[in-house]
Formats: sequence, structure tokens, C-alpha cells
Amino acid sequence: MSSNLDQLYRQVIMDHYKNPRNKGVIEDNALTINMNNPTCGDRIQLTLKVEDGKIESAKFDGEGCSISLASASMMTQAVKGLPVEDAVKLANIFYDMMLGNDYDDESYDLGDIEALSGVSKFPARIKCATLAWKAMEQGVGKDEEEEE
Amino acid sequence: MSANEWRKLFPILDQEVNGKPLVYLDSAATSQKPIQVIEALDKYYKEYNSNVHRGVHTLGTRATDGYEGAREKVRRFIGAKSTQEIIFTRGTTTAINTVARSYGMANLSEGDEIVITPMEHHSNIIPWQQVAKTTGATLKYIPLQPDGTIDLVDVENTVTEHTKIVSVMQVSNVLGTINPIKEIAAIAHKNGAVMVVDGAQSAPHMKVDVQDLDCDFFAFSAHKMCGPTGIGVLYGKKALLNKMDPVEFGGEMIDFVGLQESTWKELPWKFEGGTPIIAGAIGLGAAIDFLEEVGLDNVLKHEHVLAEYAMERLSELEGVTIFGPKERAGLVTFNLDDVHPHDVATVLDSEGIAVRAGHHCAQPLMKWLDVTATARASFYLYNTEDDIDAFLKGLTTAKEYFGHVF
Repeated sequence: MSSNLDQLYRQVIMDHYKNPRNKGVIEDNALTINMNNPTCGDRIQLTLKVEDGKIESAKFDGEGCSISLASASMMTQAVKGLPVEDAVKLANIFYDMMLGNDYDDESYDLGDIEALSGVSKFPARIKCATLAWKAMEQGVGKDEEEEE
Repeated sequence: MSANEWRKLFPILDQEVNGKPLVYLDSAATSQKPIQVIEALDKYYKEYNSNVHRGVHTLGTRATDGYEGAREKVRRFIGAKSTQEIIFTRGTTTAINTVARSYGMANLSEGDEIVITPMEHHSNIIPWQQVAKTTGATLKYIPLQPDGTIDLVDVENTVTEHTKIVSVMQVSNVLGTINPIKEIAAIAHKNGAVMVVDGAQSAPHMKVDVQDLDCDFFAFSAHKMCGPTGIGVLYGKKALLNKMDPVEFGGEMIDFVGLQESTWKELPWKFEGGTPIIAGAIGLGAAIDFLEEVGLDNVLKHEHVLAEYAMERLSELEGVTIFGPKERAGLVTFNLDDVHPHDVATVLDSEGIAVRAGHHCAQPLMKWLDVTATARASFYLYNTEDDIDAFLKGLTTAKEYFGHVF
């Protein structure tokens, strides 16, 4: 078994996969985003409660591989309590990490998220890891403005 | 020749991936290419690349001979009556879209029916959805048996006098089901419908005779049968093609062009607008020569042995679900309990083994199977039992790797 594979499937990732945090649906007045990964069929339903420009809570539901579900679990933890613009900045830091670029690990507490850095060595899996983040961005981002 | 000798003709297979010898089990997505095909493309570009049908010069004649010679090889390969019935397209998808856009849009209206099955590839679903939306026709599905086969009684019950088009894949890219096309075509014709066949997964692996099947249209791709990407074939009965309008207009396909009106070339060229896929056709011709030399009966037999062996070995593993009927073409679609197919594919890849994971462009079928994704190992003439042993070893690794997590 290669060490790359161990980097990909680190214990903390498997823990989020096995015991997802914030799994479920926020029922009342939540932003709901459904997104799928058309190449593989993974799908996520993300519900966000945004109040005064701040993400009060985030929950996800869906089906997918270990990487996509673990990433969704970590994302909901990371953005909870963050102002929307910070959540979007964090998403961009995460994309940098996925692309194998240097990423800003000082502005925010990345916590468990850094365990996903090994995904950058598996290009076919990057879309799995970014699905939940893209859903979050869509939820808080442009779409909302356009609707207004 | 044996698989081990055939294998030596495929240069790409002689390499290591992630430090392990490559085991390529994704031929249903695209096959690898033998040296003969690679050299035919190389020779064309090095020695006689030129546009066809118009140059007076020598290279133009050589290119035209190569291109039209490939058409004759295709005609022979699928048993068509005439080269006028062989249209080069970009692939199976474009071939089916041509039938949908040309025949479908012109001949269907409200009250008419198109009949397909839930096991179809997206390329044999969406073109018909579009025809139904535009013309007001209804898209109907022949129900599947629990093992993923088609019962002809269900075909009889679904196809009616209102049915104008029946379109079915000959071999399923997910289930491996080999569908009774000849019988379905007979039911279609009895009801006055035309029969369209998606041959993407059959033409590479078994002898196809379009006259024996009595299908009206037959579509397939070169890249799944040892040929290059970017070229495929639409076979159509001449009487139907003659009545159909082209779907792409421009150079190459015209007879006379006026300021307001133009006329088309004869078959098959009226359907081949623009500079054709010359190198692709020549590569496809070389692939056909290769497959005929190997013998399609030998290919089919070999894959049958591999599929049986893979099924037998898979059944030794605990927690494996295999999708599709017992009697099948050379592929096995499966899931492991508690391990998502992507994760299966990633672990296998780390062992140098290439399989497909996902919905295989068959989302309605995934829904029917009640799964979001599956993993698939597919075989071709260059695969051996050693490949399957490596595959099983990789699966055991995946199970162990994820097993300790759960």
C-alpha cells in the first residue's frame, strides 16, 4: 500500500466519513443548495442558516465517497459561525490546497481540513473534495444576490 | 494467437502505473490501440495527409482511397449491402443524434411513440427525449427483468401501432446484458416502427451482421474497438437514408450551391458535411483489419472465459454485489459493501489497476438498480486471467484497507 494512499485516507478523514458532523437538514428558513458531481453521481444537499451576514449553522445530507462526505462534514464545521465573506475566502484557500498550490494556513484555523491536503495528489478525486465547498459558495454567493 | 501474444501488440500495456504493472480493465470506456492502428495513423500523417474528394494531386487521391477504402472495410465488417449505407460520424453519440434529428424530427408527431429501455446509455436516451419534447411524441420504456434482461413479452406489450422508433443497445455497458436485437427488430417492424441499435458495446466484441439483425440503423464508435477516438459509424438502410435530410450543412456534402438554394451529394456524403475524419477513418480501417485477423469469434470466446472467471473469483469475496445477468458480455459491474466505488477505484489505481467508477452514463439504470454509483471492470482481447487475479488481489486490499476503519 502506497504512502500516497495513506495520505489520502488519513484517520481523521475516515473518522469524518464514519461519523459525519452536521449530517441532516436545517428545516426552518434555511438556504438549500442541491449539487451533484455529474461525472460520478455524488450528490449533496446543503442547508445553511445565514443571519446578519454570518453562517449560523450548516448541515449536509447526501451520498458519495469517503472524500466527498468527509469534506462536507469538515466544511460544515469550519464555516459555522464565520461571516459569509470569510467562508468564501476559506473556500478559496481550500481550492488552493486541492490544486497543490501554496495555501494560506494562518488567517483561519484550518483544523481537520488540512487532513485533505493529500487529495491534491489524486487529480481524479479533487472534485469529490470540492463539491460541498462549491455548494456552500453557491448558497452564500452570487445566486443570492441575483435573486434579490 | 493467444491473449498473451495479442497483448504484445499493444505498446501502452507495457508500462508501470504507480510502480505496478498496468492492468487495464476499462476497455468498455475506451479500448487500447494495437501497433498496427498507431502506425496507420502515423503513416497517413507522414506520407499522404491531404484533403479528400477534391484534390487532383496524387496525395489527394491516396487520401481519398484510404478514406473510401475504410468505408468498404466497415461495410464488410457489419455486413451492409452498400457503402452508401455507411456514414462516418464523430462517434456513436453523433450517429444516434443524426437519426434523432433527421429521421425523428421529420417523421414523428403528437400521438407517436418512441420506445427505449431503462438500461440505455445517455446517448440513446437524451436524443429521444429531445425528439419527444419537440414533436410531442411520447417516450416509453420497456421494463427490465429483475436480472437486467429484456423479456420479449414486455417488448410486445410496450411497442404498439403508434410506435415509430424503437432504439435499444445491443450490449449493456453496465449490466453486460446481450439483448435479443433481431427479435426486438421483428416486433418493431411488425408494428411499423424503425429499429435503431446502439452497437457501441457490441461491434468491438462480436460479429455483427446488420442484414441478419434486420435493424434500420446501427451506431458504433471506433475507439472502443482498437481504433482512434473521434470517429464512429452510422449504418442506415439506403431507402431510409435517401429520404432523410442532412443535419450538417456546408462543405463536402453539396452537389450544387446557388444563392438561395442548394442540393446535396448522394449517399453517404450528404451526411458528411465539412472535411471528413480522414485519419480517423484510416485508423478505423486498420482496427477492422486487426480485429478480423484476430477473429471476432475468438474475441468473444476469450472475453466469455474472462467474464466467467471474474464472476467466479468475485463470488469468493464476501460483501460483493454483482449487477446484471449471469450470461453476459465481457464486463463485471459490482459494488463492495461499505466501500464507495470511487474509493475502490482509487485503491485499485494505486495498485496499477484501471477500472471505472461512477454512473457509467446510465443514470436511469443506476436509479433502477437503486445505487448512486458502481465500479466496473471490463475486458478485451488483451486481458488475461492474470489481470483478473491482480484485480481480485486489489479488491482484497481495498476491503482490508477500509475494513479496519469500520
